[in-house]
Amino acid sequence: MRNRFNKLSIQQKQAIWAYAFLLVPLVFYLLIRIYPAFNALYISLTDWDIISADKNLVLFENYAKLYQDRLFWKTLGNTFKYVIYGLPVNLLLSFLVAYNLNKLRRGLGLYRTLYFIPYMTSLVAVSWVWRWLYQPLPLGFFNNILSLLGIAEQPFLLSPNQALQAILAPTIWVQMGFQIIIFLAGLKGIPAYLYEAAAIDGANNRQQLFRLTIPLLRPTIIFLVITGTIRYLRIFTQVYSMSFQGDGGPLNSTKPLVLYIYNSAFQRFEMGYASAMTIVLFVIILLITLFQLKVLNKND
Amino acid sequence: MIKKNPLVYIILGVGGLLMVFPFIWMVATSFKQPWDVYSLALIPSEPTLNNYQRLLENSNFVRWFYNSFLVGGLVTLSVLFFDSLVGYTLCKFNFKFQNLIFIVILSTMMIPTEMLVIPWYIMSKGLGWSDTYWGIMFPGIMTGFGTFLMRQFFQNVPDDLIDAGRIDGLNEFQIWWKIALPLVKPAISALAIFTFLGNWNAFLWPLIVTSDHNLYTLPVGLAFFSGEFQTEWEMVMTGASVATIPVLIVFLIFQKQIVRGIALTGLKG
Repeated sequence: MRNRFNKLSIQQKQAIWAYAFLLVPLVFYLLIRIYPAFNALYISLTDWDIISADKNLVLFENYAKLYQDRLFWKTLGNTFKYVIYGLPVNLLLSFLVAYNLNKLRRGLGLYRTLYFIPYMTSLVAVSWVWRWLYQPLPLGFFNNILSLLGIAEQPFLLSPNQALQAILAPTIWVQMGFQIIIFLAGLKGIPAYLYEAAAIDGANNRQQLFRLTIPLLRPTIIFLVITGTIRYLRIFTQVYSMSFQGDGGPLNSTKPLVLYIYNSAFQRFEMGYASAMTIVLFVIILLITLFQLKVLNKND
Repeated sequence: MIKKNPLVYIILGVGGLLMVFPFIWMVATSFKQPWDVYSLALIPSEPTLNNYQRLLENSNFVRWFYNSFLVGGLVTLSVLFFDSLVGYTLCKFNFKFQNLIFIVILSTMMIPTEMLVIPWYIMSKGLGWSDTYWGIMFPGIMTGFGTFLMRQFFQNVPDDLIDAGRIDGLNEFQIWWKIALPLVKPAISALAIFTFLGNWNAFLWPLIVTSDHNLYTLPVGLAFFSGEFQTEWEMVMTGASVATIPVLIVFLIFQKQIVRGIALTGLKG
C-alpha cells in the first residue's frame, strides 16, 4: 500500500490527501445540511403530524392552506414590521454613535465597552429585564419615570398597538453593539489623507460625511443591511421571552413567522404545515438577499 | 483634522450609560427584598443574598452553566478544527470537483436554521439523539461561514512555505497543522469567539431538542426559570444576573480580542 502511494504523482497524492480531509465534512454537509433542506421541502408536501405513522403526500395543500390562513398573513406582516420599523432606526443609531466614537481622541475603549455590553449578554436574560422595565405601575421602571414626569401610564407589552415596538426597543439596543463595532472597523479603514485632501479642497464636515464617508462605507453598509434584514426576519427569542407564555400576544400582535412555525411544529406537531412555512421563510430570505445585493451593488 | 468637542463626550457618555442601565437595575434588584422591588431606589434598602440562595436551592443553574460551557466549548473546538482544515484544503490543494465542493459548502450558508430544525428534530427522535449533548451539538459542528472565512485567510499564506514543508518531509496534515495554522492565528481566535458566542446564546434548537431539565443550556434554563418565577421579579432578575455577570466578566477581560474578532468576521464574511 505504502509503495503504491509513493509511486503516485505529486498531483495524485495531493488529491488523495484532499479527499481524505474532506471526507467527514462532506458527509456532514450532505447529511446534516443538504439532505434536511430537501427533507423540509418534502415534509411540506405531506400532512405528517409525527405522532401518527401515516404520512400522506398532499402536494400543495399546505401552501393552499397557508394562503387562506389569516394568522399566517398576520405573522408574516409582523415579521416585516420588525424589519421595517427596527432595522433603519437600528442602523441610523449605530452609525451616529460609531461616527462620533470614531472622532474621539481618548476614551474610545471605555465608550465602546459600554455600547457593546448588551450584545454580549444572553438575549433571554435581556428580554426578561426589559419585560420587567415595561411592567405596569407600581412595578415597572418606565411607567414610574413617566408618572414622575406627569405622563399617563402606558400599557407597553399589554397593548396590541405598542407591544411590537416595545419588543423592538431591546432588539435595537442589543444589535447596536454589533453594528457599532462593524461601522467603527469600516470607518477606521478610510485613510486619513482622504479627509485631509477633502479639507484642503474646502469640504466642510457635512460634505465630508455625505460625499466621502458614506460612499466609502458602502461595503460595510451592504453587509449590515443584509445580515440585519436576515436577523430581523428570523426574530424569535425576544418575542418568546417577552410575550405572555411566549405566545406572541397580545392578540398575536407581536407573533413573528418563526414563532408561528415553532407553535405549529413543536406544540401542535403539524410538521407538514410548519415545514411549508419554513420554505416560505427561506424563499423570502433568499429573494430579499438577492434583491439587496443587486440594488446595493448597482453603482459598482 | 478633528476638533475636540466636549459635547460629543457628554452625549456619548449619556448614551453609554443608558446602554448599561438595564444591567445595573437588574443587578440592584437581585439584591432587593421582595417588598423593596417596588422602590425606584437603585441601592436596596436592606441588601440581601436571599434571592441568590433561593435560586441555588430551587434551580439547576450550576448544571445549565456547565451544559452551556461544555456544548459551546466542544462545538467551538470542532468548528475550529474542521472549518480550518476544509478552508485550507479548498484553498491550497488542486483536485477534481474542488469548486463544486466549495459551492456546495457555501450554499449551505443560505439555508436558515429554522428550515432545518424540523428535519433535525425528526432525525434526533429517530436516532435517539433527543435529550443528549450530541443532540444539542450536532447541527453546529461545522459551518459554511467559518470555512469561507478560513479559506479567505489561508490565501495570504505563501505557497513557498507549504512547499518548503514538503521538502522537509512533512506530510500534508503536518504542513497544515505546523506551518499554515500558526500563520492564521488571528482568524482562528476570531472564529473561536464568534462560534462560542453564537452557541452560548443559541436558543431555538436547544429549546426544541431538550426536554430534560438537566440538559437545558443556560438560555433555555433561564427561560424556564423565569417562567416559573415570573411574578417574583427579584428572582427573575437574580436569574438574569447569574446568567449575565460571568459573561460580562469574561468580556471585560478579553475585550480587545472579542471586539477585534467580531470586526474581523464581519469584514471578511
